[in-house]
Amino acid sequence: MTVQLFGLLVEAALYTILISAISILLGITIGMGVASARASSNPALAWPARVYVSFFRGVPLLVQLLVIYNLLPAIGVNVPSEVAAVAGLSLCTSAYQAENLRGGFMSVPKGLLESADMLGLTPWQQLVRIRAPIAFRLTLPAVVNEAILILKASSLVSVVGVVELTKMAADLANSTYLPIQLYSAAGLLYFLINRVVAGLGALAERRLSWGRR
Amino acid sequence: MGAPVRFDVGLLVAKLPDLINALGVTIWVWLVSLAGACVIGFAVAVARRYGPRWLDWLLLAYVEVFRGTPFLVQLYLLYFGGPYMGLSLDALPAGLMALSVYGGAYFSEVFRLGFEAVPRGHVEAAECAGLSRAQIVRRILLPEMAVLVLPASVNLAVSLLKDTSVLSVITVQELTFTAAAIGTEFYAFVEALFALALGYWAIVEIAAALGRVVERRLARFAVS
Repeated sequence: MTVQLFGLLVEAALYTILISAISILLGITIGMGVASARASSNPALAWPARVYVSFFRGVPLLVQLLVIYNLLPAIGVNVPSEVAAVAGLSLCTSAYQAENLRGGFMSVPKGLLESADMLGLTPWQQLVRIRAPIAFRLTLPAVVNEAILILKASSLVSVVGVVELTKMAADLANSTYLPIQLYSAAGLLYFLINRVVAGLGALAERRLSWGRR
Repeated sequence: MGAPVRFDVGLLVAKLPDLINALGVTIWVWLVSLAGACVIGFAVAVARRYGPRWLDWLLLAYVEVFRGTPFLVQLYLLYFGGPYMGLSLDALPAGLMALSVYGGAYFSEVFRLGFEAVPRGHVEAAECAGLSRAQIVRRILLPEMAVLVLPASVNLAVSLLKDTSVLSVITVQELTFTAAAIGTEFYAFVEALFALALGYWAIVEIAAALGRVVERRLARFAVS
């Protein structure tokens, strides 16, 4: 395998990182909305959120991608395959992130909220200054874990024609007859990216561990 | 916005036997690779715990590599790269092998943590009570570990079930492949994919519910 081929893979890996990063950020944002809907005491909000989480966690990502990719044109919405890919990844990961965030918010100690209440903090202040920071800290390991899962899962968008790392490796393997080298190199790049993300996550966890011990 | 959405229920009814057949393939592939993944995972966990140091490192590398790279890339490497290494496999055996080895890496971690989580005092108490080593493994270690690893194993099994859909990419004729083929043949993606999503949703929920039943049944072994 030549340096030139590896260069193409690295370029495609950057695209994988871009797609994953957008999907992870969108997924966390949507996940927050879904988590708050699920925690709501209004069943008209809580039930749809419950079905949403169950559906997007229960259907394989590949099937979700195929549905979005084929369904949008069928109802007359034509979007590039990149948009369909990001939409599919975001929706799927948002259901998992919603559960992560819900767990985080439920684990905020009651006593802290009661003390905040006693001190006269408004519900909004309680959310911004007490609940959200603590919940975020508790959720961080799970959120980083999910980010790594999405990085790996983003390989599936190659199936709907997005030329990211896996698709690039497959295309090059087909034209050069070097599948072992190219898929191994692609795997190595995924592995390195995951290691970097995991390292950053561990760093952030240490940084955020104020007030404990 | 364009044409009105067409939804042909008749086509789904006509193709129902094919879809049910393909669902059977999906479940069969799932169970075989789940069994393979459990066996590999258990063997790796035991070898890492009781084997020599070099074997532990080697197996750690296996676990990290297979958990750190996408399953699709592993599958491509085996299926398309295999023939260059003298390993020509048909789609189905290649898929089963890839899924078992991939799942095995995850299961080995679950089992490893399970072994470590059994309280040392229980084993010591059994030793004091005069149980033999085999008895300790069979009556203390394994049952307690089974309870400890069950929730994580159920989660893994469900995610392995969803991963079987990826085998459609190398033309294993399971549910996703069959539904997509029906969609292409009759230009009926909406119907086919609708049925597909509902089908997976249903079996995943059933599998998760079964897991919860087993968890409750095994709760009597729970370490308090």
